[in-house]
Amino acid sequence: MKLDTVANATANPDTPQPWVELGLKEDEYARIKSILGRRPTASELAMYSVMWSEHCSYKSSKVHLKQFGEKAPKSDALLVGIGENAGVVDIGQNYAVTFKVESHNHPSFVEPYQGAATGVGGIVRDILTMGARPIAVMDPLRFGLADAPDTRRVLPGIVAGVGGYGNCLGLPNIGGEIVFDETYAGNPLVNALCVGVMKHEDIKLAKAHGAGNLVVLFGAKTGGDGIGGVSVLASETFNEAKPTKRPSVQVGDPFAEKVLIECCLEIFKADLVVGIQDLGGAGLSCATSELASAGSGGMEIQLDKVPLRDPSLSPEEILMSESQERMCAIVEPSKVKQFLAICKKWDVTATVIGEVTSGERLHISFNGELIVDVPPRTVAHDGPVYNRPIEKPAYIAERQAVTINIPMPTSSTEVKAAILKLIAAPNIADKSWVTSQYDKYVQGNSVLAQPEDSGMIRIDAETNLGVAVSTDANARWSYLDPYEGVKLALAESMRNIATTGAKPLAVTNCLNFGSPEDPGVMWQFAETVRGLADACLELGLPVTGGNVSFYNQTGSVAILPTPVIGVLGVIQDVRKRTKMGFEKAGQDIYLIGAVDSNMSGSEWAYLHGEIGNHAPKSDLAMEARLVELLLEGQPIFESAHDVSNGGLAATLAESALKNNIGAKVELENVAVALFSETPGRVVVSINESSTNSIIALAGKYQIPVTKIGMTGGSELIINETHISLTELSKAHTETFPKLSG
Amino acid sequence: MAFRIGVVTFPGSLDDFDAARAVEMAGGTAGPLFHASDDLKEVDAVVLPGGFSYGDYLRCGAIARFAPIMESIIVAAEHGFPVLGICNGFQVLCESHLLPGALTRNQGLHFLCRDQKLKIENTKTIWTSGFTEGQEIVIPLKNGEGSFQCDDETLDMLESQGRVIARYVDFDPNGSRNLIAGITNARGNVVGLMPHPEHAIESLTGPSEDGLIFFTSALQQLVGR
Repeated sequence: MKLDTVANATANPDTPQPWVELGLKEDEYARIKSILGRRPTASELAMYSVMWSEHCSYKSSKVHLKQFGEKAPKSDALLVGIGENAGVVDIGQNYAVTFKVESHNHPSFVEPYQGAATGVGGIVRDILTMGARPIAVMDPLRFGLADAPDTRRVLPGIVAGVGGYGNCLGLPNIGGEIVFDETYAGNPLVNALCVGVMKHEDIKLAKAHGAGNLVVLFGAKTGGDGIGGVSVLASETFNEAKPTKRPSVQVGDPFAEKVLIECCLEIFKADLVVGIQDLGGAGLSCATSELASAGSGGMEIQLDKVPLRDPSLSPEEILMSESQERMCAIVEPSKVKQFLAICKKWDVTATVIGEVTSGERLHISFNGELIVDVPPRTVAHDGPVYNRPIEKPAYIAERQAVTINIPMPTSSTEVKAAILKLIAAPNIADKSWVTSQYDKYVQGNSVLAQPEDSGMIRIDAETNLGVAVSTDANARWSYLDPYEGVKLALAESMRNIATTGAKPLAVTNCLNFGSPEDPGVMWQFAETVRGLADACLELGLPVTGGNVSFYNQTGSVAILPTPVIGVLGVIQDVRKRTKMGFEKAGQDIYLIGAVDSNMSGSEWAYLHGEIGNHAPKSDLAMEARLVELLLEGQPIFESAHDVSNGGLAATLAESALKNNIGAKVELENVAVALFSETPGRVVVSINESSTNSIIALAGKYQIPVTKIGMTGGSELIINETHISLTELSKAHTETFPKLSG
Repeated sequence: MAFRIGVVTFPGSLDDFDAARAVEMAGGTAGPLFHASDDLKEVDAVVLPGGFSYGDYLRCGAIARFAPIMESIIVAAEHGFPVLGICNGFQVLCESHLLPGALTRNQGLHFLCRDQKLKIENTKTIWTSGFTEGQEIVIPLKNGEGSFQCDDETLDMLESQGRVIARYVDFDPNGSRNLIAGITNARGNVVGLMPHPEHAIESLTGPSEDGLIFFTSALQQLVGR
């Protein structure tokens, strides 16, 4: 086929172009023509189509996301904010930590193993790009009903993909979530979080500065995989009538990424790059246009120099390919030799493909002919912005009017049956079948990992400085009230950090929603962003970055609005962390926080098919006081475990089963006490000698504490109900092996 | 002067840093060795760490076995040089024929990470001399291809010569023959172990501190040499 050069595009303005197939709208195509003053070349069209996709351009979400900037709390901790590959926070002792969560939902539905694997690979490269050594990953996952055929198709592959890639990179997997709801059938959510650490002076940015500096592409060779992944795959609703999208899914090679990580870290150590960017969604189109537009603008690329796995690829395919394990660096000419030598040491292919120029345009040539001539900012940042129609969906009022009618057990037989049913439910059951497929030990710094309230990593073995990370979402609450739902998710994530003894410091998020073209979904989204921005401002926690995933719906059925909120905390001495399991017999068990009878959105209601009424209202001032209480009380807590999904029943069962130490508990209004999921609560165990301290803390922070029982024995005893730990454990642990069998 | 124990980094090695930390914590000095050189840098012993050398492509350990550093290690090991292969390192030792048998895909077909109880059965090797015979320990196990397999003749030989150094207890994680977790060569200087002692050296980050004994054992034996 004849190369579509800039000259050709000018000479033949009426050549028909496949902008519809590339996912562009008519007005967007017109806008490209108006920017360029001519029709785009095939290569330019390819670049604009991927970069202006929903996934890359945030065109539907941008108008809302700017609230994170407008409502940003004052924070000394934030070193690099939203807009870079990942935000960076100061954790003291000259250490900086970067963390981010991203979605890889659509690819994981099409090809579960590779979709999930490359989701991990992509987020790890984002972290690496900041100059950091990746130190841990976490994976919040959501599926359709546990026994649904499609869940059985995608779950094993997704779990194996997360493990297969992360394990091979040598990154401990320290947490995450596994949640089931029928709305995720056909739309599984695969979110991947990575944490990285560096010294302050080692922070790297994605900028192409200095005319004459060279553009080096290094890592895996470019192949035909993942072409159009961000546009035709991630930015459309699944529709059964359309052809399969498998070729749009990337194929991962974790070994290539592992050597790329070591290679990059050695390059960073030798201070050999001016700027660096990973190649993820939109591949080279993204890397070149973002690097150029973040710098002075001018860049020349010789596309024929890109090493190819498949020599038949056309220029536009090379520009759109999302082949994994590639990076693009800007290197001063005097340092290129050393740069290439380090790549050679690690057997990493590295090629100079262009240079930074003093101009303001991105020029890409292929075999000497100019095929791209664009202002890079128009590709990378000036994409379309939509203020999409918003309308509060009718279901909100309908659901709020629902009176929840569920059995509330009273007799000891009923209470026992209810507890066993709850802790065996897929959303509450023991997840070891999944988490045991992940390496949690590698790197030797995992202080806490799943099922603890948060994952915790030691940063410095001399000073014992560490970080804790937790991700949480309660999509049912978000469904009933997206503004409150996301605030509650943030509160829970923050609480999980403080429960382990770390101080919450910063927030990241992955906002998973249905189609932005549905005004009801857009309303859910707008309310969620407003809620999260308001909550972060009130709590003084900066948002360091995030990710939006739209089009998670099949036909007209959207997923529950699922904002996954990640919180990072810092702990001065990891040896003092608090664990979730009862430590020894004879200690007093206290419930911190008060319960109310609202069962809306609870697991117990869900198990009886009820999703309705009013979601709880968040009380962030109280949640902030609770965090202070937990941090001050940390020295006296022998164990601490958050009360959330599954209520007090799940919390007590988990704390007892962790170290096989039972408990005897007395509760009033037993069904509500056990199954309500009133936020802002934590169960702790303390020595009797600390009684005065906990009462003093309750007074100081104006949060009720109630002694509910004592640890010990081989049973969980609640009033007159006796359940042996053996029976409890059997119910809790059997579910997943059965589902996978 | 502390003895130096080399830790080899192949492309794709993951637990090299952890193994080095274990050596240092046991009182030795860790010496980094790179796969591409055949120079053992005068270390007194070597650890082949866990990971996915060369991506474990082809077969676990099959490519690493041909690395220049392995040529030197194979020759030295045949003359009594102490070598401990952990997980992927064990696989490399089998591929190198320093140990018999092979590690195949776990019976359950999944990667499995768990705190595993082991029984130490041979305390005469350089790496296990600090244990008492029959001692039960808990250290992490994490692999996808950890099922030890060999023919009946080899199994009889290993059992009759007491060359099984550790066996899985209470739970069979991968379908290894005779629940074998680790073996040694006839001389007792080369040990391969599927679970990870380097991840059980401090209770803060591991299930126990039992793993440290493998490293202190070797350092004590080196004193006596």
